[in-house]
Amino acid sequence: MISMTLLYYVAAILFFAVSFFSFQDKRYSSALFWFSYGLIFLLGDFMPPALVGALVVLMALVAGFGGVIGGNYQTLELQQRLESVKRLGNRLFIPALMIPLLTVFSALVLLHIQGDGWSLLDPKNATLSALGLAAFFAVLAALYLTKEKPQQALKESSRLIEAIGWAFLLPQLLATLGLLFNQAGVGETVSKLTTLYLNLNHPLLAVACYAIGMALFTVIMGNAFAAFPVITAGIGIPLLVLQHGGDPAIMAAIGMFCGYCGTLLTPMAANFNIVPAALLELPDKNAVIKAQAPTALVLLGVNIILMYLLMF
Amino acid sequence: MIDFSLWPLLGIAVVMLGFILKFNPVLVVTVAAFATGMAVKMPIISWLESLGTAFLKTRNLPLILLLPLAVIGLLERHGLREKAQSWIQNIKAATSGRLLLVYLALRESTAAAGLTSLGGHPQMVRPLLSPMAEAAFEQKHQSLPDKIKYKIRAMSAATDNIGLFFGEDIFVAFGAIILMHTFLRESGIETDPLHIALWGIPTAIAAFLIHGTRLIRFDAYLARQLKDELKQAPSQEPRHD
Repeated sequence: MISMTLLYYVAAILFFAVSFFSFQDKRYSSALFWFSYGLIFLLGDFMPPALVGALVVLMALVAGFGGVIGGNYQTLELQQRLESVKRLGNRLFIPALMIPLLTVFSALVLLHIQGDGWSLLDPKNATLSALGLAAFFAVLAALYLTKEKPQQALKESSRLIEAIGWAFLLPQLLATLGLLFNQAGVGETVSKLTTLYLNLNHPLLAVACYAIGMALFTVIMGNAFAAFPVITAGIGIPLLVLQHGGDPAIMAAIGMFCGYCGTLLTPMAANFNIVPAALLELPDKNAVIKAQAPTALVLLGVNIILMYLLMF
Repeated sequence: MIDFSLWPLLGIAVVMLGFILKFNPVLVVTVAAFATGMAVKMPIISWLESLGTAFLKTRNLPLILLLPLAVIGLLERHGLREKAQSWIQNIKAATSGRLLLVYLALRESTAAAGLTSLGGHPQMVRPLLSPMAEAAFEQKHQSLPDKIKYKIRAMSAATDNIGLFFGEDIFVAFGAIILMHTFLRESGIETDPLHIALWGIPTAIAAFLIHGTRLIRFDAYLARQLKDELKQAPSQEPRHD
């Protein structure tokens, strides 16, 4: 079965490969960073949590002080690439398209292959295990097509991982910070503050406050799922539903979308905004956010109007 | 007035200050996590423990980015980007804006049908979408300065995000709908999940119209940018790489 544990081991192998190539290249701090990351994926479940925490701090310090340095990987010359294109033609698209298509196929069809206490995919993480299976067959197809050795696949994934660099750590670190915020009671404090200071008698004001509050808190937390319960409990239910008698289903549906507008605006939503900037090799890490900002702000305004018109 | 502690908010202040002062985000987040722990008087060992536990719990996050990279890397080595570019150059009507508009429509509608994995930055945007959008521009203007190239790439990533976000939320089985339904129930309010999904449709349409309009105007915007760029550096040859 394609379990999460199996996928973690695959991730560990990929990170160890990056570490190996960095070490070969005498970039020792990078090698340490990727080795620690691989170790957490390989042995995380068997280590005391405090040790994992210490490794995370170590990685963050190496990354934060510029210790994760990108590598120089030899790629084929443009001329060789064009010859390859001539030879392979449209077949080059096959492995690339196999990833999304096989993922969807697996998640829809193969998910149902199961017996007593056994299943091909992990039902709790259907998309990820389907993606793992799809990526495996796509690698086989790509190796067959390009006649490359498996080591080259490791080298190529290392090249792209190093192009992303420290940004790779960021989504997980931010999710960790979100969980820590929860433990410390950040959400409760915010909702206490809003109920203490906001006395909104006009429904439009209340709607605007809920929508903007949702977007702002998402900007801070980087995750609309984290903002939704806090702002809905703090502003939405007491003001919009109980005081003004609005429809809770409409409030929830559009309220969550206001949170998504916030997601488009924040570096805290690293996997959508900062990581793609690194993956696309953009010099400005905030370029994706800047491209999204006009859409997000106009849509937030439209959401306020929609909520006001539809809810009451 | 305030009879409760404001200390838990210290971490938020650190994050905002750090991003404004443009420190390395990894460092900012770590310091914020440390400040939050200290503000609520967590002993350092239990702080490390909750850090480690949370980090292990979120190990699934990098996978979606990580797993497709080997395939994409191999194909890039053998000219996938160049192939995508020459393919789009055969379509005479293709422009960056129009191509992204078609992608937005496909991404949003497939996400709404629950097919959220038919896209994404490593699988679609880097190897296929952004090279095609870049090639469409170059074909029309015979040049592609870095500044324009970066704008096209950023808009490609933005279009993937917007299509995904505002499509997936009108699919009933998606986690956000379940989350909203469960949360409202816990607060004593009964709703129908289908109802929540349906009321997402007006915003989904608005998102398509707003971003679609921007994409239609994107070509003219890029053309103006190119003109400025050429005016500033008339002697410089446009770079190809």
